[in-house]
Amino acid sequence: MNEELKVRKIENGIVLDHLPAGKSPDIMKILGVDNQTEETISILMNVSSTRQNKKDIIKIEGKGFEDLVVDKIALLAPGATVNIIKDFNVVEKRKIKIPDVIDVVSCPNPSCITNQREPVKPRLLVEAADPLKVRCYYCERVFNEHDLLEKL
Amino acid sequence: MDIISTRNMSRDFIEDVLEKTKKMEPIAKAKKQVDMLKGKTLATLFFEPSTRTKLSFMAAMNLLGGTVVGFDDPRTSSVKKGETLADTIRVVEGYANAIVIRHPNEGAAALAAKFSEVPIINGGDGSNQHPTQALLDMYTILKEKGKLDGLKVTLAGDLKYGRTVHSLAYALSKFDVSFVFASPPSLRMPRWIVADLKSSGISVKEINSIEVKSDVLYLTRIQKERFPDIEEYQRVASAYILDEETLKELGEETMIMHPLPRVNEISPGVDNDRRAKYFVQSFYGVPTRMALLAMVMADI
Repeated sequence: MNEELKVRKIENGIVLDHLPAGKSPDIMKILGVDNQTEETISILMNVSSTRQNKKDIIKIEGKGFEDLVVDKIALLAPGATVNIIKDFNVVEKRKIKIPDVIDVVSCPNPSCITNQREPVKPRLLVEAADPLKVRCYYCERVFNEHDLLEKL
Repeated sequence: MDIISTRNMSRDFIEDVLEKTKKMEPIAKAKKQVDMLKGKTLATLFFEPSTRTKLSFMAAMNLLGGTVVGFDDPRTSSVKKGETLADTIRVVEGYANAIVIRHPNEGAAALAAKFSEVPIINGGDGSNQHPTQALLDMYTILKEKGKLDGLKVTLAGDLKYGRTVHSLAYALSKFDVSFVFASPPSLRMPRWIVADLKSSGISVKEINSIEVKSDVLYLTRIQKERFPDIEEYQRVASAYILDEETLKELGEETMIMHPLPRVNEISPGVDNDRRAKYFVQSFYGVPTRMALLAMVMADI
């Protein structure tokens, strides 16, 4: 059977493509998908891919690009793409890139001033994307992807 | 201008501070007031105890003709009532021309700088940085060795939590130095700092006992609280003590430094040795902080 037929096309919504194989459960967590979720969601894990050898795909019916916390997804899946679907057609493809500054994840250093009820957002400066290396603007400590995932 | 961290300081900036410190030294020695900062007010916000840093900032401000306001016991301030640091800073900046802050959380000085219109000087933020200590340490080394390039520097003791050694390592890394980091395995220099130093081309060697043949031997206190029990502490800490016995092994030109206070890392029998420089190092805190205060408030 053709791979594409395993899960049917969606009418309106988004497709997260080129996710690293095996990362979709973590990404579902970021998307806030749980037993209260009403949208139709399809998850494909370990799909053969020419670009990545294996990849994961998540299809979400009825959601738009603006519903995604792109900077969080970027931490787990830099280089992934978001296909925006209208009337069964891809109307736009957006590449997910790691931003220069991450403010959607708190600093993993519990003693950092940004974790002490101060009126500031976290400010993690990206020094390298692959492998991920960020430095807190405030406490100056350096963290990797593993450190940040625990804070997602 | 803020003084937050030595990590981002350039070699030119550090040399400029040291040059200005040299000009301040005679005033500090004479203890005779000048009026360079007359009419200016320094606020000292010490959320953590301090003796040397606070006193030397007060002495420095006084010698330059300025006034000091502040607190050194957060229990008596509005902080106890739950005020955020951001609010404290926005209030105090209205009273002062510059603020020195010491705080138990890393990043506190950088946060203060974000909210303050007046210059912020970091007097120590958690286990992160203590840049004014590093600059006075640099001045001490320069005075005693006549140079900062080409030196082998051993930093010993608690390198994990010791903010003075973090700041000093970054400051010295702007010069051509090599490091020996001597510490118990559980108190090693943080990995990211070692990585930063190595990526700026600095040689780093990590060992478990003090290296006595360096140009500079910089000792720091190992706190009992860092160990699960007193026996473990005593067993580990004994390898980082300088006494009359270990002094015999010390290099002829190895200068001994310590940010003070010491407990038993350096026995009093070492104090009169010509290589012991920790008390003069402590004195240099005054001219160094005079230079920094004048730079941030008088733009000299």
